[in-house]
This record gives sequence, structure tokens and C-alpha cells, in this order.
Amino acid sequence: MAGDRAMSADAAISVRGVTKTYAEGVSGTPALNGIDLDVQRGELTLLMGPSGSGKTTLLSIMGCILRPSEGFVTVAGRDVTKLDERKMPAVRLKHIGFVFQGFNLFPTLTAGENVELSLELKGAKKAHAKGEARRLLELVGVGEKYDELPRNLSGGQKQRVAVARAVAGSPDVILADEPTAALDLHSGRSVMEVLKELAREQQRAVVVVTHDNRILEYGDRIVRMEDGLIAES
Amino acid sequence: MPPLARRNLFHDKIRLLVTLNGIVFAVVLIVVELGLFTGFTTATSGVMDHSQADLWVAARSTPYVDQAVEFNERKFYQVLATPGVADAQKYIVRWTNWKQPDGKTESVEVVGLDPDKSFGLPWNVVEGDAQQLKQPHAVMVDEIYKKKLGVHGVGEWFEIRGHRAKVVGFTRGIRAFTTAPYVFTTFKNAQEFVQFDENQTNFVLVKAAAGVDLNGLKAELQRRLPDNDVYLTAEFAAKTKHYWMFTTGAGISVLMAAGLGLVVGIVVVTQTIYATTMDHIREFGTLKAMGAPNSYVYRVIITQATIAAVLGYAIALAVSLFVTLGGAKSGAPIQVGWELLVVMFFVTVAMCVLAAVVSIKKVMGLDPAMVFRG
Repeated sequence: MAGDRAMSADAAISVRGVTKTYAEGVSGTPALNGIDLDVQRGELTLLMGPSGSGKTTLLSIMGCILRPSEGFVTVAGRDVTKLDERKMPAVRLKHIGFVFQGFNLFPTLTAGENVELSLELKGAKKAHAKGEARRLLELVGVGEKYDELPRNLSGGQKQRVAVARAVAGSPDVILADEPTAALDLHSGRSVMEVLKELAREQQRAVVVVTHDNRILEYGDRIVRMEDGLIAES
Repeated sequence: MPPLARRNLFHDKIRLLVTLNGIVFAVVLIVVELGLFTGFTTATSGVMDHSQADLWVAARSTPYVDQAVEFNERKFYQVLATPGVADAQKYIVRWTNWKQPDGKTESVEVVGLDPDKSFGLPWNVVEGDAQQLKQPHAVMVDEIYKKKLGVHGVGEWFEIRGHRAKVVGFTRGIRAFTTAPYVFTTFKNAQEFVQFDENQTNFVLVKAAAGVDLNGLKAELQRRLPDNDVYLTAEFAAKTKHYWMFTTGAGISVLMAAGLGLVVGIVVVTQTIYATTMDHIREFGTLKAMGAPNSYVYRVIITQATIAAVLGYAIALAVSLFVTLGGAKSGAPIQVGWELLVVMFFVTVAMCVLAAVVSIKKVMGLDPAMVFRG
């Protein structure tokens, strides 16, 4: 048993015995209750389950946005559980790219500038960031939208820009929270194809939280959660 | 970095307008109030500041230039006989009444001087000259007060305390702090206008010889004239300014209005910059979730505030100039110097950055996990 719970050295993210209880000190059902999970590079993991099952909480903990009440999390082989609060943003910036349900693009910046911002936050020089942003937008199939503001893009295009932003700077892990929820079937599938391609061809670990059964075929691995536990993996 | 701060600021034109409105309102209020304070202060001591005299001799315990009691003119000869004195003149500054042909009266402040001297003369003369004051009954007034005094042009006759007065020229921009305009005339006329005896004056203006230590001369004059007070010109000007601006409360009320402008400005600007930040709160949450350092987020907010400050200041400058020019044509002595404008630039930026700090505090407490909530 102890061997089963050992951290995986190859995993992009490794979660061991993670428990999360909100409103600590008050008795209540934990949102997560002893989760063990390894997310591998080159793999697209679908995290599924009913509302309240703990998917987003687990995603937030893997993304170093929330801290577990108990247990350990390693990101790219580094234990981040006890890391100083002030150092967490740097871990997120270097190792993790986020894709959100509502896209969360900066509405006053163009598609290109949204990606450039992410690159420059990671230390890229302006000239390099410009070229790289263009390349990434082309990679996700919206290269021609470089100078467009988000309000002029369709939902699918916005999410592709968000994916390009998430992948900017080559993070080890891409965490996507319901990336297809606000999209029609066609757009949703095209976004999933991009994520799948990124996982396979760029050897990134991609974790997608979803309710959407229509995208099951894109998962290399499906993890089902229920009541804060992994019910099936 | 992509210009997030600038774009956020200019994205919502209405919000920008409200923000700029707040800044402009506050800055104009402060500039105009401080300009009024400077203008009033300058007006109180104009006669001294432009006298080109080195020393003023007044009656003992004269509180300010407008309230000097008369003394015997023999003191004038004592002054002239003092070593180090190059020249001196008897000088009168005293309130009296101006009567228009239709019987309407106004308070005026007569300045009686010697037109043959090189000091103590009216300044900014735009029509006529000081020499023309030597004509019988001649007076000179400022063109700002033409309407108030019922004057239309030179050659018109009026009455001052029952004595005839003929306008022979005009000055420009010589304001009085009180409602009584200055009326320049000869010392002899002034004696009649203020009903002094033939041997009375209420000031002696002193011009020191070249190279003479003014403080030493002042001490010597004070020793020789124990019943009088002797002031350096700047000293007497400061005493008069202090009296009017602080003893009467006039200056305090203007300064308080300027302070109020600053407080109102900070409140208005804080509210608008806070509202702008709240409009973009989800974006700041996204930045924090992405791992942007706090310093970057703060920089965005402070840059927004600074751009707003610079824009608001530029507009306020134009509005203040407009108000100041308007004031120049009326009785409001708004005096805005470049020093005030430079100080106000930094005050505006500081005000906006201070307002941004409230927004920063809000963003500091932002939970990046908010990005996963709907």
C-alpha cells in the first residue's frame, strides 16, 4: 500500500492523500477525501463527475491555487505543499497553463496581445513574445485573428486563443476547467482536438474537468469523481 | 508588456470621462483657490512690492499698510538727514470716498506720492504717465475698476472727500485686496483727499545709498525715530500679508477651500478609480491565477491612475487658465504661477496614486480561485 502511494517521479503532477475541507474547524463533509492521482506528460486526462464531487477543487489544488488541508502535491517533481504562499504564483507561472470555462481573455487586448502578455509575464522579450504569440495562435488555428479583440471572436475562437495563452511559455501542465461548456458541439470538438494534439505532440500533461460526455473520446484516461473521492480511474 | 493599463482605462469612455471629470474638478478647485490665495496675498502688498523703496517708516505699531496713522512730516527730514539715505519721500496710503457725478459713492484707497521720484510710483501704467499726476487735481486709477468708479476715459472729473479729482491715466491689473480700488495722486492732493494737515504724512519711503547695509540703516533710523517703526520693504509687505490673510481669516478660508478641494478630489478620484478596478476585477483574478506577480498587478492599477492623473491635469490646466483669464477681467485676483502648476502636477499624481492604493488593497485580497467560479 505504501508503495502504491509513493510519488511518481515521471508524473507532471502527483497528488497523494489530498484532503480538502472548506471552513476548517467546522465539522462538514470534506470536498476531497484522500485523493491519489498522477498526471503524466503526453496524456489527456478527463476529470469527470457530478457537481460537488470535488473536480474543480482538485483542479485548483493541482494548479497551486488552493492548498490541500492534508496530503502532498508535486508539480514537475517539486513538492509544493509547504511552499511559501508568495512563491506559489511563480510555480503557476512556470509550470501551469490554465484554460477557463468563460475564456477569461483580457477584453481590451487583442488575441495576439493576450498571448504576448502571458509570454512576457514569463520573462520573454517583447520581440520574441510577438513572434511566439503569432506561432501559437497559428498552432491552435486562429493565426488570422492575431489583431482581433476578443469581442470580435466566436466562442470557439476565444477558447482557442485561451489555449494558446495557456500553452505559451511551454508549461508542463495545462489545466482546463469545463473548456467546452460554453461552446457548441463543433467548436467544443475543435478545442478538444487542439488540447489532444498539444498533449500528444508537445508531451504536455493536460487535465480537463468536464461534464460533457460528448468529448469522452478525447480522453487518454478518464477519472470519475464522486463525493470527494476517485470512484473510477 | 501589452498596454493593459492604458487599454483598460480607455476601453470604457464613459467611465474614463467620469474619472477625468473627478480629477479635473478637484484640480481646478485647488488651483483656483490657491490662485485666489496667491492673488489676494499679492494684492494686499502690491503697493509695497512695487514701491522700489528699501525701507518704510510708519507710525509706531502700525499693523498693516492700510491702517497707518499719520505723523508729523518733520520725521521725513530726520530720515533725509540720516547717513546712508540716498533719497526719501513722504507717502500716503489711506482710505477715503470717491463720488461720481450722479452722487454714487465708493470707497477708494488713495496713494499719495511724489511723481518726480524714481520710487513709489504707480506701475503698469497703460494710459498717461506718472508725470501727468502733477497736473492740478490729477488722479490715476486702474482700468479694472473703471465701471466700479464710473470712469469711462481720461479727462473725466470726480470728487474725493469734497475735492475735485481729474482722471489723467490708467494702470492695468493693480488690484486692491479690499473693495476699495487704489487711486494714485500726488502727495499734496492726497493730503486733501484724506484730510491730513499740511504737515502730516503716514509713511516715509526710503531709498538707501548704493552699498549700504539695509539692516544697519534700518537700525539707525529706528534709533533716530523712536516713536516710529521702520521696516524693510519685504518685512512690511509680509506683515501686511499676514494681517490680511491670517488675522482676518480671509486667507484661512481660501486655504480651507483649497484643502476641501483636495479632499473632495481624493474622494471622487478614489471612487472612480476603485470602480474602474472593480470593472476589471475578474481580469485581475485571471492575472493572479496565471501567476502574475503582485507587483505587475499593482503596476497596472498605478499606471491607470497615473495616466488618468496626467490627462486630468492637462484638462484641468486648460480649464484653470480659462478661469484665470476670466478672473483677470473681473475683480477676482486669481494668480497662478508656474511654481503652483508644477506643485499641482505632483499633487494630482499623488492624489490619483493614493486613490489607486485603495483599489490595490482590494486586489491584494483577491482569491485567484475566483476564476473557477462561474
